[in-house]
Amino acid sequence: MAEKKRIDAPTGTQTVGHEWDGIEELDTPMPRWWVWTFYATIVFAIGYVVVYPAIPFAHEASKGLFGWSSRGQLQQVMDAETARRTPILSAIAATPIEKLVAQPKLMEAAMQGGAAAFKVHCVQCHGSGAAGAKGYPNLVDDDWLWGGDLQSIEYTITHGVRNPDEAKTRISLMPAFGKDGILTGTQVQDVVSHVRVISGQEKASASSRRGDVLFQQNCAVCHGPAGKGLREFGAPNLTDPIWLYGGDRETLTQTVTNSRRGVMPAWGHALDKATIRMLAVYVHGLGGGEATPVAAQIAAQAAGAPEAQANAATP
Amino acid sequence: MSPVNDVTAPAESLYAKRKSVFPKQVDGPFRRFKWLVMAVTLTIYWATPWIRWDRGPHAPNQAVLVDLANRRFFMFGIEIWPHEFYYVAGLLIMAGVGLFLVTSAVGRAWCGYACPQTVWTDLFQHVERFLDGDRNAQIRLEKAPWTPMKVWKRLRKWAVWLVISFLTGGAWIFYFADAPTLQHQFWTGQAPFVAYGTTFVLTMTTFIFGGFMREQVCIYMCPWPRIQTAMTDEKSLIVTYKHWRGEPRTKGLKKAQDEGLPTGDCIDCLQCVQVCPTGIDIREGPQIGCITCALCVDACDKVMAQIGRPRGLIDYATEIDCEAEMKGEAPAPVRKRLFRPRTIAYFAIWASIGLAMLFALGVRSRIDIAANAERNPVYVRLSDGSIRNSYLIKVRNMQSRARPMAIGLDGLDGALMWREGQTRDQASRTLQIDVPPDQVLKERVHVVAPAQGIARQDFAFTLRTLDEQKEAAQDDESFVRPEVGQ
Ligand code: SF4
Ligand code: SF4
Repeated sequence: MAEKKRIDAPTGTQTVGHEWDGIEELDTPMPRWWVWTFYATIVFAIGYVVVYPAIPFAHEASKGLFGWSSRGQLQQVMDAETARRTPILSAIAATPIEKLVAQPKLMEAAMQGGAAAFKVHCVQCHGSGAAGAKGYPNLVDDDWLWGGDLQSIEYTITHGVRNPDEAKTRISLMPAFGKDGILTGTQVQDVVSHVRVISGQEKASASSRRGDVLFQQNCAVCHGPAGKGLREFGAPNLTDPIWLYGGDRETLTQTVTNSRRGVMPAWGHALDKATIRMLAVYVHGLGGGEATPVAAQIAAQAAGAPEAQANAATP
Repeated sequence: MSPVNDVTAPAESLYAKRKSVFPKQVDGPFRRFKWLVMAVTLTIYWATPWIRWDRGPHAPNQAVLVDLANRRFFMFGIEIWPHEFYYVAGLLIMAGVGLFLVTSAVGRAWCGYACPQTVWTDLFQHVERFLDGDRNAQIRLEKAPWTPMKVWKRLRKWAVWLVISFLTGGAWIFYFADAPTLQHQFWTGQAPFVAYGTTFVLTMTTFIFGGFMREQVCIYMCPWPRIQTAMTDEKSLIVTYKHWRGEPRTKGLKKAQDEGLPTGDCIDCLQCVQVCPTGIDIREGPQIGCITCALCVDACDKVMAQIGRPRGLIDYATEIDCEAEMKGEAPAPVRKRLFRPRTIAYFAIWASIGLAMLFALGVRSRIDIAANAERNPVYVRLSDGSIRNSYLIKVRNMQSRARPMAIGLDGLDGALMWREGQTRDQASRTLQIDVPPDQVLKERVHVVAPAQGIARQDFAFTLRTLDEQKEAAQDDESFVRPEVGQ
């Protein structure tokens, strides 16, 4: 293979000295601009190593001439952002939720902040559109187990449902009527019949009439004699068409036999006050929120200080 | 030329080096017309952004403004919103058809006089002539070694070019923001980066295209010459060398006449070639490099006057004129050249697009409603069994004053709606809103309707203004319910 280098007659250029099937390669010199660009990149690289962190040592990289680091830059941006947000967040944390509604500036921030927090903490169970799923309440409709006004929602988010580490958590204790032997299998069926009658899914029958009696003895304490539910106990309204687990015979039988024990984290342990307040405002605004109790609304009219504070802090 | 298979022949370069063109100063009617066009177009270009137009406190007071940030286009009394972009499309089509019309009637008039590339090249060549002298001096300077004098002259020329490029290219940014404000920001370093970027790019492209690339842009970069070739026909005016009059070319006219040799009118003085800004010889026939600027006509007419021959050896002429003249007939009247089926057809298209746009402008509504159904969730079942759908409604007020409006429901019996922030007990069939001037108002609206068997029901959101003008608009939508049995 290795032949002698020679000068190629037509072009006057030296060959590299290889030949493949009669084809030879010319050793054409690089264009000058190319060579200079190449040198320039070397100079640039040296400069880069001096100015920026570049050489890896055992624990960290070299510092660079001006001490710049991407981590440090990120920290700067984050600090600036925190500084920008702090006044409005502390104003939100300082304003009772029912007074928040009367303050457009805080409300706007709260709605946006709530929407963002919802996407991080709540969508896993309640879905991205807050429409819930079987066993996970729909937050968009107007049916609330524990109340749908601002304070009730804020309370539920803060203390959670059936949270073992939280003293003030929401607890509803429905007995497992079948499993615990309170009712026999037939009795369970009768109660189911009655519930399906009061929710308008079935016509009254002998079974449902028997079930009515059983219902008044066993269920009316929490669900009320008419089955309209009681929010003090988180007992659902059984007469409306909204079912958390399903209103068909099979699902109802399971519910009455084994009870249902849905849980929700107490976000008071994980999130700050402002975030929870923003979440409550957002959830309330999804379309099913109930009016704030009248007393609180009147109090909201007298709102003042925190809003002014936030106005002063935001451009 | 050596045969192809001669391997010892030195390789020929694939590229021809650009030959510099040093067009000579010329004077004449066409040259003066060119000055006039340059003055008028540059004046319009510079002055337009500075014309004020009172639009009240809610819109910029600039007569012509492309407001990219708010996506509006202002042009005197006309205001165009993004959803009305077809007006801009219409204007572009009109510009295109207008170019066809002009080209089919008077050939490459655009190229020769109005094209920015021509105007700037011309301007730069004048600077060159003013600073370095006319053609011969320029050629001498070009060939001269790089003495300090030459360096100085080159730097001086480039500096002036750069200043012109900056003043002309940079002025483009004033079409995109309030000109006086932007000018102030620009000099105090407060203008947005894109303003500086655009100014830099346009300055540099003007400098390079007008100063160094010149006819290369026309011949190699611009697609228009190719299209124009197809647009012109035997009835279009183009710059023509009348060979039957000029040939045979005679250098020593007197001597040849004395010897009784056949003589043509062309004395081969090359004036026509030397003044040509694209450096071509028009006597070789029509060619793509010719931008029909007619400077060669001015030059040759002068020569003809000197040797006592009629003007127009090189002239604006149609092919038909030329044939007539060759046979000694009178040329067709101008009227016939301008009004012929082709130009009339172009004009008809051009005018009907214009009229259609004017009509649309006249009757267009200055309000608009667009509803978007929320899909997550598609519907919500409420505790009384009724179904709720939610919509994001955008209401546009395109006038520069606030207007009270009412949103209503057309169809969907028994349905009520309420806006976000209200509760269901406040629901009704109409919502009243005040839309601020020149703005799009967004409202999230809940519509509740009784549950029925129909899965999807069509209805419309209506919008009407509650002022004297009584404009109305509507947007068709669907209301979605769960399928029966769900
Ligand atoms: S300027 Fe006229 S006379 Fe002179 S070379 Fe050109 S065509 Fe011939
Ligand atoms: S040939 Fe004549 S008309 Fe054509 S570009 Fe040259 S000077 Fe202009």
